[in-house]
Amino acid sequence: METLIILLIGILVAVATYLILSRNIIRVILGTAVLSHAVHLLILTLGGLKTGNVPLLTEADAPYTDALPQALILTAIVISFAVTAFVLVLAYRAYQDNGTDDLDALRGTNDE
Amino acid sequence: MFSVTFAIIIPFIIAALVPFIYRRFKLLHIGWFVMLVPITLFVMLARLIPSVASGKTYIHTYNWIPSLNINFTTYLDGLSMILGLLITGVGSLVILYSIFYLSTKESLQHFYCYLLLFMGAMLGVVFSDNLMVLYVFWELTSVSSFLLIAFWNHRKASRLGAQKAMLITVSGGIAMFVGFIMLHTMSGSFSIREIIANVGDLTDHALFIPAMILVLLGAFTKSAQFPFHIWLPDAMEAPTPVSAYLHSATMVKAGIYIVARFTPFFGGDQLWFWVVSGVGMITLFWGSFNAVRQTDLKALLAYSTISQLGLIMSLLGLGSIALQYGYSEESIIYTQATFAALFHLINHSTFKGALFMVVGILDHELGTRDIRRLGGLMTFMPFTFTVGVIGSLSMAGLPLFNGFLSKEMFFAATVQIMNADVFSLQTIGIIFPIIAWIASVFTFVYCMIIIFKTFLGPVQPEKLDKPLHEAPVGMLISPIILSVFVVGIFFFPNLLGGYILKPSMESIYPTFGDPANLTPSIHAWHGIKPELLMTIGVVLVGALLYRFLKKWKPIYGLLSSRYTLNAYYNNFLSFAESKSTIVTNKYMTGLLRDYLVYIYIFFILTVGGFFFYSGAFSPSFSMDVRIRAYEVILVGVMAVAAVAMLFSKSRMTATLLNGVLGYSIAIFFVIFRAPDLALTQLVVESITTALFLLAFSHLPDWKKERVPSKTKLTNAVISVGTGAVVVLVALAVLNYDRFETISAFFENAYELAGGANIVNAILGDFRGFDTMLEVVVLFIAGLGVYTMIKLRAKKGDENIENK
Repeated sequence: METLIILLIGILVAVATYLILSRNIIRVILGTAVLSHAVHLLILTLGGLKTGNVPLLTEADAPYTDALPQALILTAIVISFAVTAFVLVLAYRAYQDNGTDDLDALRGTNDE
Repeated sequence: MFSVTFAIIIPFIIAALVPFIYRRFKLLHIGWFVMLVPITLFVMLARLIPSVASGKTYIHTYNWIPSLNINFTTYLDGLSMILGLLITGVGSLVILYSIFYLSTKESLQHFYCYLLLFMGAMLGVVFSDNLMVLYVFWELTSVSSFLLIAFWNHRKASRLGAQKAMLITVSGGIAMFVGFIMLHTMSGSFSIREIIANVGDLTDHALFIPAMILVLLGAFTKSAQFPFHIWLPDAMEAPTPVSAYLHSATMVKAGIYIVARFTPFFGGDQLWFWVVSGVGMITLFWGSFNAVRQTDLKALLAYSTISQLGLIMSLLGLGSIALQYGYSEESIIYTQATFAALFHLINHSTFKGALFMVVGILDHELGTRDIRRLGGLMTFMPFTFTVGVIGSLSMAGLPLFNGFLSKEMFFAATVQIMNADVFSLQTIGIIFPIIAWIASVFTFVYCMIIIFKTFLGPVQPEKLDKPLHEAPVGMLISPIILSVFVVGIFFFPNLLGGYILKPSMESIYPTFGDPANLTPSIHAWHGIKPELLMTIGVVLVGALLYRFLKKWKPIYGLLSSRYTLNAYYNNFLSFAESKSTIVTNKYMTGLLRDYLVYIYIFFILTVGGFFFYSGAFSPSFSMDVRIRAYEVILVGVMAVAAVAMLFSKSRMTATLLNGVLGYSIAIFFVIFRAPDLALTQLVVESITTALFLLAFSHLPDWKKERVPSKTKLTNAVISVGTGAVVVLVALAVLNYDRFETISAFFENAYELAGGANIVNAILGDFRGFDTMLEVVVLFIAGLGVYTMIKLRAKKGDENIENK
């Protein structure tokens, strides 16, 4: 099971990388979103999959599945949401001010 | 008891206070306040002279980073006492002088802040016993020197001079730093005293010679020794008090100090002898030879300083031979060179400080220091004239002034070295007295130039911008005090010898027993000896050369300006600048994709490479549990959705596919026993998708990207490579079982945190602080979103960035 999920993570990372390397700003943002999906899965997988019951003390009996990766992922989900929202508005504002969503055109002036 | 550590720290504390005091008392010149610092320190140090003279040393350790052997250890002995007295003594006089030199219109708070910074750093250099601490202070003197040279930073020459001084002294400093690390590797200690104590075991160490050369590089660059001397003339762009203080009396003596300090360690080695005395001799000659051609009095003094530093350096080299012999009745005679070096070190600070102040007075009162525009000032500026003559004659080595005594001892040392029967000195040792004599002739000539071209001869008021007049009393006090020392030391040299020089001889020759044996009685008259004849020869030939200066001066034209050291320095600098611009422009393209490509390639090469070479890629599949059909289907759905994103023509499709990924992960979270995650993921994914759709209404539709297929291929290769590395690393980590899991601790959540949901307990209790900061991140992101949507530049101030 872990091997299968890790292969899936590999595909997600490759797709995310390809999206991030493109010129369109929305594709880059989508790339970061996919990348955070991949990382969440990765953290969970490395903690071990289906090794125990739901980590709710009153609902299930030991052994419990590892709760620490879950807590980390929960934080990561919220943070990646904040970042996505921020970058989307950044893209919006950059387009408003510069009239383009092409990153190559946003490179700035040549002479510093 | 007075702790030497305080002497280092006080200037720094006051430096920090200067701006505030400056703001409070605008009417009074802040120099009066700052002057109290060196005076206090001087008095405190001077009170310790008797006990240091009797052989006592003061040591104080403050543990700083004991695990790395780096401690703030201060050490006061005879040698550091000399430098300490010079730094505080000349410092007091220079600050007094600067009060009249710099008007209150200048940015005095900066000036005195830098000056105190320098003073503290310099005291740190001479009082530190720990090499790492010494190095920090050493570089700090370079930094403060940079700031002071560029004090009038509206002038281009000041900025360039500061840059040159910085580049040369800091490169030397870094070389010395490496040398220090080598010393630590050899001896296992950063303490200079301990390193010197272990010298016997280390002279055959493989690093002995490299460490010696690196330490010398630091000393030579700082003390402006040939060929690194080129920064000192350019440093004369600094205000004259700075030149008098840093670039003649103290900072340039730091290199001399290092050489003297390490003489007991490296001294006795043949290479040390030849390099130190040889470089010193070349510098002595080259400095004096070039001083004669200068027309700017300050440049002349700069070259003369270079030359005199070379003299002191060569004496230290000559004196180190005594350590080759070890202590005996016969070897004592060679230590006299070192004695002369320390003696001249003090003498030079007195007469050169006075001369610099005289030149500063001329510059300040008459508006020029060009000898072609000056002349006949004797009658108009009698006091300045007197000080100038005393300083010049002392520098020329004439009787009645302290320069005569140390110059005679210098000649005596160069003659004496011919008698040494090591290092084949009996055959080639003759070169020392010859170069010393020739350089002294040139020294005599430029001293005459200072006296005759400035103070005697015809007056040229039409070439001056200001009327001729004597300087204000306040400006004359400091140079007069220094010239009193110049004369006083001539009449009472043994006072200095017994109290100041004797204990420092013990610092340099710790194995030679009672320093009283190494301290000769200094006499002005000691019979007709070679050194006296040499002095008479210098005066005769020097006078002749000065008389016929016009006849032989054209030889300076023979040196092509294209082959000077300065030209090499400038060429190197412009070469480095243009080449680094080309290289930087090559890879800093301003394109986001290029930067990301660097990051990914670096990731693939280092992470992948490390795992590959360390053999960490050893995936095993034994941990796998049985796979159910619906899980495989879900994985398939996600893979297809992800790949389809790459080929989707519209942004809407791509966003929805991203949503598919997000919801599928939520299902996986359910399967993998993570209900909290599943809930959060569902909510967040819905909002994210909504956000994307919202943003789309404000953004242009996707156009077909015109990307060359070669770029596409590169992107694809990098993407697949990154994915592959992640897979391999994940598989390797998955089977890593050398550590126990720490998660069992959290299963006690109900007892420890009072929560039955372990994930919630971790977030809200065990890692509560983390969660709080996470909320802060959300808050900041929200602020950013709000700001970017709401705030706009007003019409009037658009394009703020491009201004």
